[in-house]
Amino acid sequence: MTDFPRDVRYTPEHEWARLEGDLVRVGITHYAQDALGDVVYVELPELGARVTQEAPFGEIQSPKAVSDLFAPVTGEIVERNDEVVAAPELVNEDPYGEGWLVAIRADEPAELDGLLDARAYEELVESLDEEA
Amino acid sequence: MTREPDTIFELSRPGRRSWSLPEAPFDVEPVPSEFARRDAPKLPEVSEGGLIRHFTQLSERNFAIDNAFYPLGSCTMKYNPKVQDELAALSGFRDLHPDQPLADIQGALELLWTFERDLCEITGMTAATFCPAAGAHGEITALLMWRKHFANDRSRDTVIIPDSAHGTNPASVRLAGFKVAEVPSGPDGQVDVDALKGLLGPHVVGLMITNPNTLGVFEQRIDEITKFVHDAGGFAYCDGANLNALVGRALPGDMGFDVVHINLHKTFSTPHGGGGPGAGPLCVDEALEPYLPVPRVKRLDDGTFAWDHDHASTIGPVHSFGGNFAVVVRAYAYLRRLGLDGLRRVSGMAVLNANYVKKKVDARYRVPYSEGTMHEFVASGDFLRKFGGVRTFDVAKALLDHGFHAPTVYFPLTVREALMVEPTETESKETLDAFAQALLEIAEQAEAGHADELRSAPHTLPVSRLDEARAARQLKLRA
Repeated sequence: MTDFPRDVRYTPEHEWARLEGDLVRVGITHYAQDALGDVVYVELPELGARVTQEAPFGEIQSPKAVSDLFAPVTGEIVERNDEVVAAPELVNEDPYGEGWLVAIRADEPAELDGLLDARAYEELVESLDEEA
Repeated sequence: MTREPDTIFELSRPGRRSWSLPEAPFDVEPVPSEFARRDAPKLPEVSEGGLIRHFTQLSERNFAIDNAFYPLGSCTMKYNPKVQDELAALSGFRDLHPDQPLADIQGALELLWTFERDLCEITGMTAATFCPAAGAHGEITALLMWRKHFANDRSRDTVIIPDSAHGTNPASVRLAGFKVAEVPSGPDGQVDVDALKGLLGPHVVGLMITNPNTLGVFEQRIDEITKFVHDAGGFAYCDGANLNALVGRALPGDMGFDVVHINLHKTFSTPHGGGGPGAGPLCVDEALEPYLPVPRVKRLDDGTFAWDHDHASTIGPVHSFGGNFAVVVRAYAYLRRLGLDGLRRVSGMAVLNANYVKKKVDARYRVPYSEGTMHEFVASGDFLRKFGGVRTFDVAKALLDHGFHAPTVYFPLTVREALMVEPTETESKETLDAFAQALLEIAEQAEAGHADELRSAPHTLPVSRLDEARAARQLKLRA
């Protein structure tokens, strides 16, 4: 598994977003799950809920910290991954696959173009590593 | 490894008792039948000797400030002098009820009245309440006072909090019905003042900030920060969790704060934990005084003292009676024994000890915000990851094998793999040396390729590494 897959876009808050037809599938990045450590709890919005780009749409917890999940695009929640709610370790094991969190029907799929691409996100992570 | 002890329920045998009561010498009114339970409660049945052994053995496995060094950052785990417990146990304090005739409780009221003035002198405030039962309770009390002050201006709904704040700050803000706006830290670990200015406006109720902040660094621009908040019409709250770094030397009032809470269990050395009781007195300036909770204590013209409920603008009571009085007595005893000079030595030694340990370990452990360390410092264990994936969590567990309590880990969130060390002023140079040596040895162990030993620590305690993730994922709340 690559740490920075090229078929997704990234937020500076370490979510990824993948365009699938007219849906945007969302999860947290490999870097985020590694920094959090063992994910023990995920709280996701109900189907049909409205989410706004850059605003929190859920919560993720590890023994270290509770973090907000930020929506990469504005739209409506049309799928939620209940398996990850039942087995939060999926986020650690397969953050870009089985560990996905929600799918959003984006009002403006073009919002994705404003997010980071793999190269820009990798640079962001490297700069964080230097700071730390 | 020792055998897991039986639980008190496993020790239970039908009919065994650890008490024997005489027949009641008078008629006892039975509990009305509608309130009486139908089945006997499921209580363990053990002998007195069995009971004492069980809990004594458990207590011997416990880690406490009375048996070892406890550098839990932000928590100020300093030694609590036993004389304070003795004084709080004097019959004249212990056996009082706050509703006794005033003549019976003059001494207690005088203590509260005098201590209120002392705390105002130490913080540069004008009045104080002892009602809040903890620091976070002080926070919500202050926020309710702000809410009352802005009762006619509901457009003010936002409280600004730095990203390095204690989690209780945003929690209290939400509990009070306000919104949180987070102000980022700059590269020096202090509040980004330009970002703060951008957040201020007519919607702001106030700012809550810890000084020194949770990185153990004094906010150098605190004067400007509080001034900008005041210019926007808001209040400035000092989270006094780190007051032990300043006590006797600098006044929150001089820094422009309107209100500050004091954690008596930290700065004033009253016992921590065990579920309390605690005390988080709140000191306020003139603008906020009218809203203080009741009861307060007043001195009458004849020099005697009385409860004072008569304040039209009060937010009302926040605790039964005047708060957790026995804790306040301990803190008062601490203050009287030390005096102002003693308090200055407390903050001086707390800062010296933190800087001493930092200096001993910072060649190996990076301390990202090292400039101006006060009573605690935050090191990063991130460099250990390249040695077989060792993380701060493993360092914390390995320290237990060295006989030390772990520092606070993974807080504040602004430092990766954070190790937050607060030695406090009550530790000797020998203890600090031994602790620093242990931290260095653990790093050497990782570098020498012994990551596995660290990742499976602790090895010498009654309980080995617990699976915290599994415990959180598969909660088991009943036996």
